[in-house]
Amino acid sequence: MTSFIVAALLLILLGLSYSQGYLGGRALAATGVRLHSRPRYHGILVAIWCLLPAILVLGAWALLGPGLMRAFVMSYLPPDVQELGPHQLNAAIRRVEAIASGYGVAGAMEPWETAAGVALRRMREFAFLVVIASAAGLGILGLLFARRRISPRLRARNSVEWLIRLLLLACSVVAVMTTLGIVVSLFNEAIQFFTFVHPFDFFFGTVWNPGFSTTGTAAIGQYGLLPLLWGTVMVAGIAMLVAVPIGLFTAIYLSQYASGRLRAVAKPVIEVLAGIPTIVYGFFALVTVGPYLSRVGSVLGIGINATSALTAGLVMGIMIIPFVSSLSDDIMRQVPRSLRDGSLGLGATPSETIRRVLLPAALPGIVGALLLAVSRAIGETMIVVLAAGNSPVLRFNPAEPVSTITVTIVNQLTGDSDFSGPQSLVAFALGLTLFMITLVLNMVALYIVRRFREQYE
Amino acid sequence: MTSSHPSDAQAVSASSSARDAALHDVGATKPVLANPLTEKDETVRSPDLETREYRLQARDVCVFYGEKQALFDVSLDVPEKAVTSLIGPSGCGKTTFLRCINRMNDTIEGCRVTGKITLDGEDIYDPSLDVVELRSRVGMVFQKPNPFPKSIYENVAYGPRIHGLARSRTEMDEIVEASLKRAGLWSEVKDRLRESGTGLSGGQQQRLCIARAIAVSPEVILMDEPCSALDPIATAVIEELIDELRAHYTIIIVTHSMQQAARVSQKTAFFHLGKLIEEGPTEVIMQTPRHKKTQDYITGRIG
Repeated sequence: MTSFIVAALLLILLGLSYSQGYLGGRALAATGVRLHSRPRYHGILVAIWCLLPAILVLGAWALLGPGLMRAFVMSYLPPDVQELGPHQLNAAIRRVEAIASGYGVAGAMEPWETAAGVALRRMREFAFLVVIASAAGLGILGLLFARRRISPRLRARNSVEWLIRLLLLACSVVAVMTTLGIVVSLFNEAIQFFTFVHPFDFFFGTVWNPGFSTTGTAAIGQYGLLPLLWGTVMVAGIAMLVAVPIGLFTAIYLSQYASGRLRAVAKPVIEVLAGIPTIVYGFFALVTVGPYLSRVGSVLGIGINATSALTAGLVMGIMIIPFVSSLSDDIMRQVPRSLRDGSLGLGATPSETIRRVLLPAALPGIVGALLLAVSRAIGETMIVVLAAGNSPVLRFNPAEPVSTITVTIVNQLTGDSDFSGPQSLVAFALGLTLFMITLVLNMVALYIVRRFREQYE
Repeated sequence: MTSSHPSDAQAVSASSSARDAALHDVGATKPVLANPLTEKDETVRSPDLETREYRLQARDVCVFYGEKQALFDVSLDVPEKAVTSLIGPSGCGKTTFLRCINRMNDTIEGCRVTGKITLDGEDIYDPSLDVVELRSRVGMVFQKPNPFPKSIYENVAYGPRIHGLARSRTEMDEIVEASLKRAGLWSEVKDRLRESGTGLSGGQQQRLCIARAIAVSPEVILMDEPCSALDPIATAVIEELIDELRAHYTIIIVTHSMQQAARVSQKTAFFHLGKLIEEGPTEVIMQTPRHKKTQDYITGRIG
């Protein structure tokens, strides 16, 4: 109900103010004066003047309201309740809020609770009315002010353009700030983790044995990153061994040999591979590929675990094929046709042309595409959770189970965990490590891709 | 009529020279200047003023892009060790015809060629013919300079390397030097052979592309508006170069500029809407065209 009223208020204000501004501008234009800005811009400017104060009031209430209401409830609480610890105090306040909202609470209601609840409800209704009224009032004031400003010389268009720029800037700031926020929080938690475990032991330790948080803080466990890092590298490496040749050759075929009709069909079909949810790949790896590999292994006389780096890497490689092939295909088609013609015109065969002219010319772009694929492989989680065997031991045989950074983060954060213990905090340190790896890879990739672009523009 | 039998190569060669003779006779029976302007549908042919060999001949060449026909029954003899220019308004098929001669049209999807083009009596569209070998004999220079993003040296060495023309490093060095010299670029780049070919100026890039084509010792060089992306000074340099190259190669050049055709070529063929309207010695085409359309084009009324 409340959100409906707010939406209705804003819509009414919008319609009213825009039409007022527009009509004002048009009335002025009708007198024959030459306006600096067209009536439309006057409408938009008046609407902004009207809506901005109203939105600011509503926003301020959304931010400050809960705190004010809490203070109000506090004043109704008996002194003995007020002196309780933070947890119990919160519980009491929540009870009162529930009574006020009419949801009802478990157990008998104390008289003071009922009284506080009723008072809170009245207070809420009153506050809402005040907020809506003031928002509407300020909006109307803004409207009137802006309406009076309309004159032939008012540079409404410039103001609107400026505000639009501001809006766009604000949106990009949101994206940047979110990234920064994530990095900062990762850093904070990771630093907290490093108060338990020395960074040296974390980054260079070879044993991963975090113990369980339930066994108490005495058993801190060992947090060596290397087994996980090695597992990650191995799985991603196997994935790239699968994806690079298949993806690259697919791209070469599609961009250089395939007829337009075949390409139009094949490319989307290959891209479907990228659209399959990774959990489905994981399932496929666990149920089909793993047992198959293990059977093949027993025929050949080598022990291959059904869940192993090999299984996960193989399936992940298939998942990454479209990344490699689609990006490389686009990049190879960006190489000017004139280069290809030049080589063919000298009597080079298509494959010589590809090897000696197209690939070297497209190489930077292809390397960029491959690095993007690697960072995708390193960050991949679901396939590895299901198919890599989750065994954080430093092993060099790809046919044995491994664990990766992503899988370990999942393990450390799922289930009952206390977020103040090293067992959970290590996830942030791992996340930070992963973030750094992919960040560096992406930066290198973007740098290379950009250099490639410059070459042909 | 698309193929000849390779075993008949000798015979075809013989018969084609017989055809040449016939063609000359036909020309000879029609005095050039006596003819008034015509608008007939067949190609108007004026005989060459001096007798030349014709090792490259096209007969009834039609080209289709999918359903659309781009060339209609083009027959043309290309004189040996001379420059032949193909002129005509945009979209008239001159580039299409040029690209038929080293089968570059093969690389365009949906392109179909009928008729016969013979080089030394061999049908170049014969299925048994090796396209790679053909293109090493018929080089091409494109409209826009397209050096590979490699060093100047590697650009020139590209062709010889593919065809295994050099047995040693010194031989390769010699080929590169000779080709660059012949293309008139050597003195400008001899101290920076290792620098990228894409760093040269437009005119230098085009001469590099000519050197690259020369390096595989072709017999014929096709040039597709080689100066259209260049300024007048670079154009003059290239035109001079073409004139020098004439001593060693058979050159066919597509050009938009009548002046260029007049300056560099000995024979001119005028195309219009996919048809070869008139062909003959450049002076004749430029000064006394016999077909109305040719005259309209020369005087700037069409195109």
